[in-house]
Amino acid sequence: MKTGVVVFPGTWSDRDCAHAVLDVLQEPVRYIDHREQSVDGLELVILPGGFSYGDYLRCGAIARFAPVMAAVADFANRGGLVLGICNGFQILQEARLLPGALLRNASCEFRCEWVHLRVEQSNSAFTLDSRPGQVLRIPISHGEGNYFADAETLDAIERNGQVVFRYCGPDGRVTADANPNGSLHNIAGIANARGNVVGMMPHPERACEPLLGSDDGLAIFRSAIHALARVPA
Amino acid sequence: MAVAIKPEQLRAVALNAQEYRAIVQALGRDPNDLELGIFGALWSEHCAYKTSKALLRQLPTEGPNVLQGPGENAGAVDIGDGLAVVFKIESHNHPSAIEPYQGAATGVGGILRDVFAMGARPIAILDALRFGPLDSGRGRHLFQGVVAGIGGYGNCFGCPTVGGEVYFDEGYADNPIVNAMCVGLVRHERLRRASADRAGDVVLLVGADTGRDGIHGATFASVEMDERSGERRPAVQVGNPFLEKLLCEACLQLNDLDGVTAIQDLGAAGLTSAAGELAHRGRRGIDIDVDRVSRREIGMSAYHVMLSESQERMLVVLRPDAEASAREVFDHFELHADRIGTITGTGRMRVREHGMVVADLPLKALIDGVPLRSPAAAFAEKRPAPVMPMVEEPEAILLDLIGSPNLRSRRPIYRTYDHQVQDNTVIGPGFDAALLRVPATNKGLALTTDGNSRYVALDPYEGTRAAVAEAARNLVCTGARPIAVTNCLNFGNPERPLIFGQLQESVRGLADACRALELPIVSGNVSLYNETSERNIPPTPVIGMVGLLDDLSLRCPAGFRDDGDIVFLLGETREELAGSEYLRLLGAPLEGRPPIVSFEAERRLQAAMLDSIGRGVLRCAHDVSDGGLLIALSESALYGGRGLRCPGIAGPVSREAAYFGESQGRIVVSVAPRRVPELQKLMAKHHVPLQAIGVVGGEDLQIGSDIRISLETLRQAWETPF
Repeated sequence: MKTGVVVFPGTWSDRDCAHAVLDVLQEPVRYIDHREQSVDGLELVILPGGFSYGDYLRCGAIARFAPVMAAVADFANRGGLVLGICNGFQILQEARLLPGALLRNASCEFRCEWVHLRVEQSNSAFTLDSRPGQVLRIPISHGEGNYFADAETLDAIERNGQVVFRYCGPDGRVTADANPNGSLHNIAGIANARGNVVGMMPHPERACEPLLGSDDGLAIFRSAIHALARVPA
Repeated sequence: MAVAIKPEQLRAVALNAQEYRAIVQALGRDPNDLELGIFGALWSEHCAYKTSKALLRQLPTEGPNVLQGPGENAGAVDIGDGLAVVFKIESHNHPSAIEPYQGAATGVGGILRDVFAMGARPIAILDALRFGPLDSGRGRHLFQGVVAGIGGYGNCFGCPTVGGEVYFDEGYADNPIVNAMCVGLVRHERLRRASADRAGDVVLLVGADTGRDGIHGATFASVEMDERSGERRPAVQVGNPFLEKLLCEACLQLNDLDGVTAIQDLGAAGLTSAAGELAHRGRRGIDIDVDRVSRREIGMSAYHVMLSESQERMLVVLRPDAEASAREVFDHFELHADRIGTITGTGRMRVREHGMVVADLPLKALIDGVPLRSPAAAFAEKRPAPVMPMVEEPEAILLDLIGSPNLRSRRPIYRTYDHQVQDNTVIGPGFDAALLRVPATNKGLALTTDGNSRYVALDPYEGTRAAVAEAARNLVCTGARPIAVTNCLNFGNPERPLIFGQLQESVRGLADACRALELPIVSGNVSLYNETSERNIPPTPVIGMVGLLDDLSLRCPAGFRDDGDIVFLLGETREELAGSEYLRLLGAPLEGRPPIVSFEAERRLQAAMLDSIGRGVLRCAHDVSDGGLLIALSESALYGGRGLRCPGIAGPVSREAAYFGESQGRIVVSVAPRRVPELQKLMAKHHVPLQAIGVVGGEDLQIGSDIRISLETLRQAWETPF
């Protein structure tokens, strides 16, 4: 799996994502500078977590104009696999590659903690290896991850099966208590209609080694490897 | 020599007449306004340590693994595999008292720069915080602002905040304590010292433009505060963590270039201090052309430029032929760099503006020449411990204690800090010590900060010894061997004899304790004048300590792990209640002798722990500290989500002391039943007393017939929100 990790000036999960892909999964990886205009030759593009351009304005509002984003949009439209994690999810929404918006957490606080995610469908490129209903333990770390969409959009993504992950309890039950940020329908991650672009607030790259508390995040990266094996580029 | 200066001019720069005479003598003339401002900043308590320097000489700073001791931006210690751990703790109390969010944020920013100036990548932040009670509006404002500021800066920068402490006491109502510690890693050959030792090198100022913010911040941090201190808000700087991240990445890349001589951060006293220290460490001089410094606003004088404390700026000294490659690095990160001066062989700091020399000062006098102060010391009379009624309802007291602000769960605080970024956090905040993986090795670094100011208030010598012992014990509980110390000494106004007496005794205790545990002190910071309207903070030495675990697979958690495991208390319990959280809860006056550390027993205990953890005998270990044994047992139960059945705690001491006394040198451990004989043998070998406490299991915490509380009830009390 030829993976590229996009580095905006304020990105900080770039090295964590590269560590998960390269050191844990032993797959090749390269960094993509935000000023690059092509992502040719790659099979997976990760938009990692961080504060892309400081994000003193709305998170990701500036990043969507970075030269690399035109190339990422092009890549996504051609069916390339794109995973937006945390700030990456925010940027994918600002770039209109995914529907909805991410508001300030309902608590008005930054939250870094372990959460449980229920896998809602196994059709996206990043959930092929999981079964619906499976519970993953993965941490969050964000101040603006409160998923919002208007009623029509929300209805559409639910109907189309674009909701990929929901916050849940350890037993898989989707409850208000398990919702760390006020997201509508406990949504933690969504896919585009085609299933090749996924955005999620939790950080799977932080959950790839038992030493760090969980390796449930590996299922997401492994799914991408299998998705690529299934569909010849 | 006549002093041709008005008292108010001296007061503005917080210097006294004797110091002014020393300046005139060093210069052979009166200084001009700019020169006086420069002296005021560099001879401030904050920069020059003029009150504490003589005391600090007694601290042990050497050891076989020390690569860099005090005197640089941060200390450095060898951890094997060609790697060094770089760390330091620093105060930002005064700015935080005025503007808590930015004060705390820029405190984090400053300590991060200290670490990456050494060539090290920051891998962890810890924060030691003290506030007044939260039931006052000001207490809550300061608490919320500081916590938000730490998170706001660290989260954006991308360095995990993995530990620290928060305590509340009436004594901090006016002056909160905000100490930030940063830990970094660097390969030995890349460890950099900020010493400009080559005349002809060029000096670049990189990062933020220079504004009028923070002018005389160092001086402000060196005087007591009053009702009008709020007017000093312009002396507080505003942080930009995004810019700091760019600076960090650029400096780390720069560190790999040939021809880079030194990197120095601009902190207290801004350009003046950074330039002066760089050049003086290299026994050279420096010429600065202030016209070349990019400014945020028009109309700034040389005085403003030299003394601004605008954040996110670094000085880079390099050979002229290396400037082009350095500029490539800055361009990549879209950072601005001005060539503002050159290193000279003159031993002087010369400042030019509009082509004229506006300051010309000998660096030796500026950096090393401050007359040391030796204020009078006095010592508080020790009063006997209060006599308190016997515990009638231990269960109710335990619930009140574990729900009290100083003992309840810190999760509402640390969950607002990113404590996992960089993918190395093995044990995060909320336990005895944080444990981080050393990337690409199987080693772990254990990190903690400690300091019980109630003990120090009762006896500065014993209280400071206890802080060192407890920090080491916290590390040992994870399985890590303590390797080195950093410290931040927060005290009131040293011109008051009782306060200077506290400082003197505390430093003596710090030195003795570090010698007893053979721990070098590699960096530190002193914050005096934590006084407002004649009210002084309780004496607050904070110990930051780093430990090394050679094999992460041996790490020991703090929570109970398996039903049926046997719980023991290691160490000796004495009739020690003075200074305890228990007595505070009962409203007793703070009097008596604090718990006393026996370093002989402490060394044996810590050796026994490392021996036992190294052999995989222990299943969990948790230090007994604030709140005493029942709090430690409750915490281990809550961490592990498992109850405890204890038939009763017998002993030679009163029930109060057994349950809630805070005798030092004690650790709660659990072991699998079949390994009990091995544990007993090990403790006998190290001459450590052990006492069986009970068996892990069930849904309750049960202590004889005194206490039976469900974990759920205990958890609810523990998770009382702030």
